[in-house]
Parts: sequence; C-alpha cells; structure tokens
Amino acid sequence: MLSYILKRLLYALPIALSVTVVSFMLVYLAPGDPLNAIAPADAPADVIQALKSAYGLDKPIPIQYGLWLWRALHGDLGTSISSGRAVLGEVLGAISNTFMLATIASFIGVFIGCVLGALAGYWRGSWIDKIATTLSVIGVSIPHYWLGLVLTIIFSITLGWFPAMGAGPGGSSEWVWDYEHLKYLVLPAVTLSVIPMGIITRTVRALVADMLEQEFVIALRARGLSSLVVFRHVAKNTAPTVLAVTGLQIGYLMGGSILVETVFAWPGTGFLLNTAIFQRDIPLLQGTLLVLCMIFVVLNLLVDIVQPLIDPRMGRT
Amino acid sequence: MMKDNIDHPQPQYQKTKGYWHAVLRQLKNEPLAIISAGILLVLIIAALFAPWLAPADPFKASMLKRLMPIGSPGNLLGTDELGRDMLTRLMYGGRLSLIMGIVPVFSAFCIGTTLGLIAGYLGGRVNMVIMRILDIFYAFPSVLLAVAISGALGPGLSNSLIALTLVFVPQIVRVAESVTTQVRQLDYIEAARMSGSSNLSIIRVHILANVLGPVFVYATGLLSVSMILASGLSFLGLGVKPPEPEWGLMLNTLRSAIYNKPYIAALPGGFIFITSIAFNLLADGIRSAMDIKK
Repeated sequence: MLSYILKRLLYALPIALSVTVVSFMLVYLAPGDPLNAIAPADAPADVIQALKSAYGLDKPIPIQYGLWLWRALHGDLGTSISSGRAVLGEVLGAISNTFMLATIASFIGVFIGCVLGALAGYWRGSWIDKIATTLSVIGVSIPHYWLGLVLTIIFSITLGWFPAMGAGPGGSSEWVWDYEHLKYLVLPAVTLSVIPMGIITRTVRALVADMLEQEFVIALRARGLSSLVVFRHVAKNTAPTVLAVTGLQIGYLMGGSILVETVFAWPGTGFLLNTAIFQRDIPLLQGTLLVLCMIFVVLNLLVDIVQPLIDPRMGRT
Repeated sequence: MMKDNIDHPQPQYQKTKGYWHAVLRQLKNEPLAIISAGILLVLIIAALFAPWLAPADPFKASMLKRLMPIGSPGNLLGTDELGRDMLTRLMYGGRLSLIMGIVPVFSAFCIGTTLGLIAGYLGGRVNMVIMRILDIFYAFPSVLLAVAISGALGPGLSNSLIALTLVFVPQIVRVAESVTTQVRQLDYIEAARMSGSSNLSIIRVHILANVLGPVFVYATGLLSVSMILASGLSFLGLGVKPPEPEWGLMLNTLRSAIYNKPYIAALPGGFIFITSIAFNLLADGIRSAMDIKK
C-alpha cells in the first residue's frame, strides 16, 4: 500500500511541475508586451526599464519562470497589478468562497444523483427510471449560467425568496455561517449542482443496473435475502466509483464555477479570473490558475489514494 | 498468369449497403434522436438562411422600441435592450453559436484522431511522449482551461475556437489511441504487414475503419459540451464581440433586463439549451445505433 501511494506521488510530481510551467507560460501566448497593462503607451524609456526590472520582466523567460516558481514555493505569488495587494492573499480569500460553493454543490448533486441513479438502475424501465434519465439528460445539457439566470428570475425576482447576487448582506464578502448568509448560497449552489447531479445519476444508474446482473447478486437473491440486503451489497460495490467521480467533480466545479460566479456576483476565484483577464493582471492570472490547478492535481491524487483503501481489489493491480 | 478455358460462373455481386447505412437504419428506431435531428435541422436552416428568412435587420437599433414584450406586432419575440428584433437576432445568432459549437469539435476530431493513430500505431517512445504531454492538459479542469487559454489569447471568435479545440483534442486522442492500441495487436494487422502493406495503408485501410466509429461517437457527445462552453465564453465576454448576434453574448447583454422583461432576457439561453439537449440526445441515439458502450 505504501509503495502504491509513493508511486502515485511520484507520478503526480511531474504533472504538478508541468502545471506550473503551463500556468506561467499561458500569459506569453498573448500578443503584446505584458507591461502594456501597467505603463501608459507614451511612458519614457527609463520608466519602462525601471518597471521591467521591478517586475523582473527584463530577464529571460526561463529565469523568470525559475524565480517565479521559487517564490511561489515560498508562498509568494507576487503583487496584483490591478489592486496592488499580494496575490496569495487575494487567491486564498476567493478560493475559500469557491471551495465552499463547489463542495456544497457537489454534495447536493451527488446525493440527488445517487438516489435517482440507484432507484433508476434498480427499477429499470419504470416511471422513476424515465424521470431520472430525463433529469440527468437535462442536467448535463443545460447551460448552467442560463439556469442561474432562470432561477434568479423565478426565486429572487418573482418570488423574492433568495437574494439575486453577492455572498452576504450589504455586499460583504466575509462569510459567516448564519441564516442571512446561507440565503445567498442557495441559488448558486443549486445551479452548480445540476452538473454533478446529471453525471452521477448516469454513472450510478449504469453501475447499479450492471451490478444487478452479476452472479453474486443472483446468488444473494437465490438465498432468499431481502431486497434491502441485496441493495446494501450493490451499494457497497458502487461506492468506490461514485467516490472517484465525486472527487473529480469537486475539482471540475472549482475550475468551472467561473460562469455561475459571474451570474451571481459570487466573490470567488471566478471573479478573480475575470478581473485578471480583463485588466490583464498577469501575476493575478498566473497565481489563480496555479492554485486552482494544484488543488485539482491534489484532488486527483487523493482519489487515486483513497480508492484502493475502500476497494482492496484496486490496490493489487 | 495462366489462362484457363473453363467457363467461370459470374459471381453474383450485390452491392452491400455498408456499415453507415446500417447505422442509419438503426437510428430510425430511436424516436428521440430523430426528433432531435429534426430540431437541429430547423435551427441550422434558420441560421443558414437568416438573411432571407429573418423579418428585420439584426443590427438596426431603435431607441423607441426598446424591450418590447413578446408578441408585439412586427416583433414576434419582442426586442432587445437596444430595440433590435429578437427573432432576427436569434436566427442570426444561431450562425455564430452553431459555428462556435461545431467547429472546435470538428477540428479536435481531425487533429485528435491523427495524433491518436500515430501514438497508438507507433507505440513505444512516440506514444509515451504524446500521451504524457496530453496528461498535462488533463490536470486542468476543462472550463478553466478554456477560459484561461482564451483569456490569455484575448477576446475574439478565432481565439475562443482555438481555446475550445485545445480543450477537446486530448480527450479525443485518448479514445483514438486506446482503440488503435487494441486493434494494432490483432492477427490480421500482422498478416497485412507480412504481406507487405505499408504502414500508411495499414492505418488507412485496416485501422482507421475501427477507430473512426468510437471516436465519432465520442465527438458527437462533445458537441453539447462545446455549445455550452462556447456560448459561456461569449457570456463572459471572451468570445464574439458586440454588436454581433450570438446567443451567449445576447444572454450577457440582456442581463440588465431580467427585472423588467425576464422572458426576453432568458430567451437566448433557452436556444443554447435546446441545441445542446438535441445534440446530446442525437449523440445517445447514434451511440446505441452503433452499439458502442460508453
């Protein structure tokens, strides 16, 4: 087991390293000088030179990358050009908001998805299967930013149940676990949860249907066990896959919440990315990307490590 | 060659209808797929012939006719925040939205299949280099990757097409590579090689036919994702620029109207949804018609 974990870690290391390269280099895809965002076009040459050395842009790109990585490893992601604050602080503040949103959305989605998928797989062809299948097709096909808009129109503008935007009363971005703040979380979380809901319903339905045809299930039934006991055996066998999909979904939602965050003006990483892109704030863009992707890599790694713990068959291969 | 004098009976060739014909016939048993194909056809025709079918000019704004309700005389689906006819703009919008949804999948299909064939057929070090490079792309969640690439390249139609293509290529390569690797080891490929076929003709005649099916099914499944992502990029302001009509961008500019004209504000998104669900159901139909497990 220990050697397996070590192997996964060794495998994740080059991926993590290449993620840093891509996060750093992405900015250089863009035409034009990154300095354009800071200095006015008619700035005198010595000012531009001073700015270049201040941001380290006068050195060759590999050296810039090395320095950036070295500082990043020490927790320094540079200074945001647009706000003048440390990138790490900005990213950490935003990421806790995004992480909360993505985690809660995943759990809503996974819970509904598991229930619907299990019922649909157990009674294939029944009316509940048809409902579950329809819901899952809608879940994977709906543009979630549009769903967010529609939910806002229904529950916020027409019914007035939930606020339409922000993450707290008075536009505060400090999160507190109380009723007032939770009201702000409902619509974005439900909107974001349809994606994992659709995917998990599909996965669980297929798994359960597949499992019910296995010989051990027929044997359990032949022994006269109640369908509840049979169901427990089936659930046990589907758990590892569901867990793996869930882990990946949290990762996908962390990166994919940018659209929903834009709709609901949620103060998360999507908001930061938006600022970074449209104000050409390069340190902020690199830093946000790096942190988000590292979380994704770590989540992948965790799924790889936890899976064989709950399913011993996998550790042996 | 020796010539014999025996009268050979002429073989009775009947032109076989072929695999794709059989798939098409199977597809007829999938009502949902047929309906979806019909809806897509209507949307495509409306987009293609918009200059002849649309009732108005998509760019002609009118300060007097801003945000007219659905069903107004002369503006069947109302008008947008600048007084432009919604029906017209939705028809024209289908052009860019469908292009932005389909083109990335098509180009990723071409690039990805080629790379996958090369990686799978040659194997060894070439395979390792190609697949390990693509693993890096898998370390990015796809929405984030699309947003990051097109954000770095800057807003614009071609940049978002490039970004989306880059998101889909690795996925298609994986499918193509795994099928190629499986097929490559079969006996008849060995036989073809021993009878002196060149690598190129083995790939073209024997391998491609096996790879295209699964990759095609996978790619059709991506169309719906591509529609949502492409319009999403425009929604963020990273895709098409105003005043071009495009569903995602229209959804974005109409957001200011959700308080007084919610139905009109939600309309463009409804079209993205219909298109994406139709693509999804069609892909499901094709998958079961071709009998390929997901």
